[in-house]
Amino acid sequence: MSEQAIYWKGPGLTRVPFEVYTDPALARQEQDRIFHGATWNYLCLEAELPEGGSYRSTFAGATPVVVVKDNDGEIYAFENRCAHRGALIALEKSGKVDNFQCVYHAWSYNRQGDLIGVAFEKGVKGQGGMPPAFCKEDHSPRKLRVATFCGLVFASFSDDVPPIEEYLGDEICARIERVLHKPVEVIGRFTQALPNNWKLYVENVKDSYHASLLHLFFTTFELNRLSQKGGVIVDESGGNHVSFSMIDPAAADASYKEQGLRSDTDRYRLKDPTLLAGFKEYDDGITLQILSVFPGFVLQQIQNCLAVRQVLPKGQERTELNWTYIGYTDDTPEQRSVRLKQCNLVGPAGFISMEDGAVGGFVQRGIAGAQGQEAILEMGGGETGSSEGRATETSVRGFWKAWRTHMGV
Amino acid sequence: MVDLLALCAFNAAYAQAIDSESLEQWPSFFSENCHYRITHVENQREGLAAGIVYADSRAMLEDRIAALREANIYERQRYRHLLGIPKIESADASGAVARTPFMVARIMATGETLLFATGEYHDRFVVAKNGKLLLAERVAVCDSTVTDTLLALPL
Repeated sequence: MSEQAIYWKGPGLTRVPFEVYTDPALARQEQDRIFHGATWNYLCLEAELPEGGSYRSTFAGATPVVVVKDNDGEIYAFENRCAHRGALIALEKSGKVDNFQCVYHAWSYNRQGDLIGVAFEKGVKGQGGMPPAFCKEDHSPRKLRVATFCGLVFASFSDDVPPIEEYLGDEICARIERVLHKPVEVIGRFTQALPNNWKLYVENVKDSYHASLLHLFFTTFELNRLSQKGGVIVDESGGNHVSFSMIDPAAADASYKEQGLRSDTDRYRLKDPTLLAGFKEYDDGITLQILSVFPGFVLQQIQNCLAVRQVLPKGQERTELNWTYIGYTDDTPEQRSVRLKQCNLVGPAGFISMEDGAVGGFVQRGIAGAQGQEAILEMGGGETGSSEGRATETSVRGFWKAWRTHMGV
Repeated sequence: MVDLLALCAFNAAYAQAIDSESLEQWPSFFSENCHYRITHVENQREGLAAGIVYADSRAMLEDRIAALREANIYERQRYRHLLGIPKIESADASGAVARTPFMVARIMATGETLLFATGEYHDRFVVAKNGKLLLAERVAVCDSTVTDTLLALPL
């Protein structure tokens, strides 16, 4: 197979060949170089592993992974793949165990992923069994490095990946701490199956340009206008970003009307405005913060609606988006009620997010047969730096900067 | 006394309102202070309260239809509901508690039909002053935890 199947015409980041969303060979390279490479994959929340033995089965890219807390309080992650024949070790999405046992031939593993038992290892009545030289210590599923930050559990296959704080960078760390500054609990989980390549979703998350153009709900209710105060932060690697804004009702804005864009209308008003009746819980006044960590993690604060999202590639033209809605453990019933109502904004049926579930598919279908053609990413120039305005694709270019670094293209 | 036939007739009308794209009728099947939620079996089992649609008033259901009509961008699509026979847990003259299984196929503008959702409605019905049967609560508990692409129309 030809190594150089990627058709980047230059070193710049303003053009993206459409083949990156369709090329099957590329999907495999991404698994090796990105998801198994020097990156941190988000696995779950620490809050989802409350005690020794609590585990979740999830994925790092396409690779099935078990993440589990042991009695020492540490979190371990290893491939969810029996060393014997490769069957899944953990079949349930979550649970609590003393040890893991593969159902196929009952090989067993402790919570740290060590192979500790081989059924009939010494044979039966002196017959069969493993050769004496077989060493269980040499046969464990691959173990991942685990790092936690603010209750987020990340794992990496790489020994070379920088420590998590360094990987995130100071500005991203501060923006995560801003939201995850006290204990959280899960209030719901939903999965959205997206009919498109995983990168199209990640680009969409980073694309501050589309938000008020595609999403009428945002615009009409002053949740996110490009002319509001806000900005985009892109870290040095390009792969991590924050887009944020603050509602400023005093700042009347005519720019949309001047342009006569579809997404401005005066006649659309809520009959039950309690949907958006939030409460102020952050002193900095930021009402919207979308944060992403390369390759596939999103932390979202939309008013009082908090969620993390895990982006998992499922083949080159399918993606699973795992939404985990959260609240703080010390929420009052009224605050929790607000979060539950605002969850209408996000997820597979979200007034905002439903469109993001569809546009990736529109691109994926649109680029069939588009070999040799490219997407244009020139809004805001060609740079990948932070920006005060949000009419820019800087963080999308940042994604490609990180992607090309990891892929070596 | 609310009986099985009344619930079946109610559900048939409810399904037809959605499937015939008469979405503006949909909120009228609910009481003013209703609760409507779409969730799935795992959240339900774990007692997790969030839904992908979560409403605690009929006005909020009207807002959702208004958003679908005027604000949200999604490909043209329609549903075909097949509703099972309600399993009545309790019933009297003032209302009923029942569970009804559903299957919903989604028909896309491209002409494709796919099985979009299966699950069970967990319902609490009330009889309004005018004698009309209304939903005080409908929780659509989907069997699958995965939603394909997006959920626009209500279940």
